[in-house]
Amino acid sequence: MFTRPLGALCAALCLAGPAFAQDDRIIVQSTTSTANSGLYDHILPRFEAATGIRVSVVAVGTGQAIRNAENCDGDLLLVHAKPAEEAFVAAGHGSWRRDLMYNDFVIVGPEADPAGIAGTQDAEAALARIAEAGALFASRGDDSGTHKKEMALWSASGVSPEGASGTWYRETGSGMGATLNAAVGMGAYTLTDRASWISYENRQDFAVQVEGDADLFNQYGVIPVSAAHCPSVKAEAAEVFAGWLLSDEGQAAIAGHEVAGQQLFFPNAGAE
Amino acid sequence: MQGIAEAISLALELVLRADADLLEIVVLSLRVSLTATLTACLIGLPLGALLAVARFPGRQAAIVVVNALMGLPPVVVGLLVYLHLSRAGPLGFLGLLYTPSAMIIAQTILIAPIVTALSRQVLEDLHGEYAEQFRSLCLSRSQMVGALLWDGRFSLMTVALAGFGRAVAEVGAVIVVGGNIDHLTRVMTTAIALETSRGDLALALALGMVLLVIALGVNAAVQGVRINAARHAHV
Repeated sequence: MFTRPLGALCAALCLAGPAFAQDDRIIVQSTTSTANSGLYDHILPRFEAATGIRVSVVAVGTGQAIRNAENCDGDLLLVHAKPAEEAFVAAGHGSWRRDLMYNDFVIVGPEADPAGIAGTQDAEAALARIAEAGALFASRGDDSGTHKKEMALWSASGVSPEGASGTWYRETGSGMGATLNAAVGMGAYTLTDRASWISYENRQDFAVQVEGDADLFNQYGVIPVSAAHCPSVKAEAAEVFAGWLLSDEGQAAIAGHEVAGQQLFFPNAGAE
Repeated sequence: MQGIAEAISLALELVLRADADLLEIVVLSLRVSLTATLTACLIGLPLGALLAVARFPGRQAAIVVVNALMGLPPVVVGLLVYLHLSRAGPLGFLGLLYTPSAMIIAQTILIAPIVTALSRQVLEDLHGEYAEQFRSLCLSRSQMVGALLWDGRFSLMTVALAGFGRAVAEVGAVIVVGGNIDHLTRVMTTAIALETSRGDLALALALGMVLLVIALGVNAAVQGVRINAARHAHV
């Protein structure tokens, strides 16, 4: 129903503004933690100076980033949900996948610590304790990489929190920042990647309560969108960017990104 | 309250320093929302005038539909435009997704019903006053529409401002079709959403204040034009 007027409008705008048309930039469909913590502001100027390729970043949750890339609305994926990434490549939507960098997830919560989990190193046990105490927990609930990790942790802890949705278990259906804002507002625990937490500025009395569990490992991967699946994709430039990210130069640039004196992402492209 | 004081001083600092990034975002916001307002007026004013003067079966139903479309949720408009402009969509070949053009299209769809519905009401009231004169002058329908649009121009400016206000303030549509890309599709509202998600609430609020001042400026400019024109009209 909207197609025809939309088409006319598009045609009018195309004629009116050639400067608005897409140029040779590539589009990265990215998870939010990398963008919100300023990683791209740190590394993109180096890459663009070295190659002249311009990079635009669309920062959304991992689930949405993957769906956008499936619709061919991006040239490169940079996300953090390995099983979903491998499925993306297996389905023929991506050319290949490589590990890029890692950090870790943490469970943050109010200083009062109503579930008494501070200092615990076992994430599953901590979640089980939160459920047992009926302490508030804010979930992303948005199919993002962090949400997928959270669901895997609940599953391992033997608790299915969905039944408590709306009581102590609160699904915000929003991005990491909005969920952190909601958690801080409600005094609820939540799971966040460490990069988002370090660069988040509205912490109030919140602190990291659980960290250091091997299950909280957070791997980021890079995938060029397949030209066979999406003929419109700028495959060559996307491969150049992916190659640069995985190169010594790109990996050093990632390692050099710090917020408040802390390194946020640890390059591990060479580990495979 | 401390946050608000901090935000005010931050807003002042951003403006006084003429922050280059802020300027770029402000200019894009104005470019997108003013273009969308202009396009929506080109579509909505004639449509509103037609609905005001024409009598046809189904007119009441059309008015109800247009009035209801004033409540279009921005994020739904954003999704509709995304589905069309996506590479996998029917208009994907245009390559418009994640460009300012896509944002203009979304905002135009969002506010065209507002311009249509409000101008229909304004012009229908005016038509009620003029109907007898029109009949005695034996004007054609297009002449009537022209006369109504001209004589109602000051009220219609307010209609356009209502549309502009909705466009410049919405975030749901532009963040989906624009992608909030730095230096390309980041506008005031998406920048505010970004800073909120970073937890930098003072900066988010400061940007919101700058946006309010811009809206104030646009409204003041239109008011100036109106007063000037009214003065000339009465001389």
